[in-house]
Amino acid sequence: MNSIAEAAAQAFGLILAADPNLVGIVLLSLQVSLASVTTACILGLPLGAAIAVNEFPGKRFVVVVLNALMGLPPVVVGLFVYLMLSRAGPLGVFGILFTPTAMVIAQTILIAPLMAALSRQVVADAWSEYREQLRSLGETRLGAGATLLWDLRFTLATLVMAGFGRAASEVGAVIIVGGNIDGVTRVMTTTIALETSKGDLPLALGLGFILLLIVFLLNAGAYVVKETAQRRYG
Amino acid sequence: MRARFSLLPLRLSDVVFTVGPRRIIDGISLQLDAGLRTVIIGPNGAGKSVLLRLCHGLLRPTGGSIDWNAPEIAGGARRQAMVFQRPVLLRRSALGNVTYALKLANVPMGEREERALEALRKVGLEAYANHSARVLSGGEQQRLALARVWALRPEVLFLDEPTASLDPGATQEIEKVIEALHAAGTKIVLVTHNLGQASRLGDEILFLHQGRLVERAPADRFLKQPASLEAAKFLEGELPW
Amino acid sequence: MVVARRAFVALLVALVPFAAQAQDKFITVASTTSTEQSGLFGFLLPVFQKKTGIQVRVVALGTGQALDVARRGDADVVFVHAKSAEEKFLSEGHGVKRYPVMYNDFVLIGPKSDPAKIAGGKDTLVALKKIQAAQAPFVSRGDRSGTHMAELTLWKDAGIEIDKSKGPWYRDTGQGMGPALNTASSLNAYVLADRGTWLAFKNRGGLAILVEGDKRLFNQYGVILVNPDKHPTVKKDLGQTFIDWLVSPEGQKLIADYKVGGEQLFFPNAGQPGV
Repeated sequence: MNSIAEAAAQAFGLILAADPNLVGIVLLSLQVSLASVTTACILGLPLGAAIAVNEFPGKRFVVVVLNALMGLPPVVVGLFVYLMLSRAGPLGVFGILFTPTAMVIAQTILIAPLMAALSRQVVADAWSEYREQLRSLGETRLGAGATLLWDLRFTLATLVMAGFGRAASEVGAVIIVGGNIDGVTRVMTTTIALETSKGDLPLALGLGFILLLIVFLLNAGAYVVKETAQRRYG
Repeated sequence: MRARFSLLPLRLSDVVFTVGPRRIIDGISLQLDAGLRTVIIGPNGAGKSVLLRLCHGLLRPTGGSIDWNAPEIAGGARRQAMVFQRPVLLRRSALGNVTYALKLANVPMGEREERALEALRKVGLEAYANHSARVLSGGEQQRLALARVWALRPEVLFLDEPTASLDPGATQEIEKVIEALHAAGTKIVLVTHNLGQASRLGDEILFLHQGRLVERAPADRFLKQPASLEAAKFLEGELPW
Repeated sequence: MVVARRAFVALLVALVPFAAQAQDKFITVASTTSTEQSGLFGFLLPVFQKKTGIQVRVVALGTGQALDVARRGDADVVFVHAKSAEEKFLSEGHGVKRYPVMYNDFVLIGPKSDPAKIAGGKDTLVALKKIQAAQAPFVSRGDRSGTHMAELTLWKDAGIEIDKSKGPWYRDTGQGMGPALNTASSLNAYVLADRGTWLAFKNRGGLAILVEGDKRLFNQYGVILVNPDKHPTVKKDLGQTFIDWLVSPEGQKLIADYKVGGEQLFFPNAGQPGV
């Protein structure tokens, strides 16, 4: 209990002091996670919708694989991306290992299946309700996917926040591909890992509180935006 | 008014529709012509909704053929439309739902809003143009579905029990709109359980029983004096649902 | 539409800083977690950057992992403390030349209650024999780090085949120095640690230094430029500048100046033969 109180005090102190190092770390965390979620949505949401509204041989297998990929262990993804981006690996020429870009790539790989699998489920449920009417109006499959994604935007907003939460909280992938380099690829989660391993548990926990606070604030903001919009468009 | 071949008459030849071992439509041949308001009635399970969907193109027959006089151009605007028992509306304004249908019909962007407003006016919903479609009442939503259809000016309109979930007041509103559509030149093909509605809206009646077309007659003659035994039983309420 | 616009702006905000970070002058140094956690880099590197404009990006891993990263060509310089592993690295052709830089020492940490009764001893080998005989809990890093390799050498020199005689008392954790100390603290176990990490470590619990000052606990650091002939993308000029600075009088003095809690952690010995 003592450490928790100490941690809360540390967190408060850090926030008040607006320590520039900490601010930099927080900003980088947000940048990496937001970029990852955005890319993952651009890739995953249309894919999920497309799978939902189309019939093709092996569809059920694809759905099972997609759902299974939601459980990709971050550290495995990190290792895979590291091997790909290493100078000794196939994509080494780009030299993006140990940069935030590598971290975004790893997190996108982690979250895109989540976005695809969840959107597929949500769109498929709606499709069974909308299918006859949309086909009757002459909608194509491609158009139906897009129309449904937009129609389900409030549900999808919650999914996107789930994806963001997963990105912001993971450490296994970003620490391997980013290298936790001070001032370059150090984010909140890797800093917490570092301080924990240094034995500075109150500081680590304090940073943990700050991370939770940030994620909470972002979720609250997203919720408010969603609610106001939903009230207008039902 | 563009000169083009009319979709009608629609010819069904020995149409069969099976699902697994069940023959839902068991060899129906008929022709639907322009002008008359056609009402399809029959007991539950007779295949009315399936027949409607086969004609509209949502289902493909397992056997036999369904031929329109002029084929619809693939990818072009639909010239026949359908209204379902429960209207499916998008999470947009009432106006937005109609302009969406117009977009699918390849109506140029500049014309859409005006045509949509006109359609809303025809069904008496112009005051709700910017309201969310989903907060409208059941009757208003169905009227919106009809407005959506009206904006498309289809040649044929299929309706699958459009007022089954509505109260008498709303039902009356919907029947008025259907009448107006007919007056504007759209062929009406209506499935209903409501015999009063059948007599109000129908010019001819198609009676379906166990997937077959058992009787076809002008509405008032059928309702007063059905020729077939099954029809007589049905009208007396004796035929099992 | 407002939503779409906000999302787009967020994306832009998200991506712009990455462009800014694509600096021209930086090198990647693969080093060890214990060196980083001692805080030495935070002290040295800003001075170096101010002087040369070169940003030094330190990836901190275990020694084995650091050398592997360099073998893959993902680092320009390695800065570790395991002479035999470094010489193997050189013999494989991955490095150009090894420069001794500094040394610190290991200390044998244990619970103040000291079940194996080794406190105050000056002979590490005797202490280890006592620990094994008492089957007192002992935490090993088990991660091919310099510290781990030093520990294994000490067991061997004490005449103990640790692979065979380890029982449940020997905890092979596969972790860095900090986590190993955390584990030792919670288990009240013995552990071999480098003095730097110990001085910076805050979660000591009931642990204290029990054996120190033995020459066998000497821990030499070396710095090596990754071989540009084998890995053409290595920034050899910038890397060599860093190495030259580390062994220069200025760099060496700075290393000696670094203190934690008033105590000097590292002892510069560049140019010393035989280390």
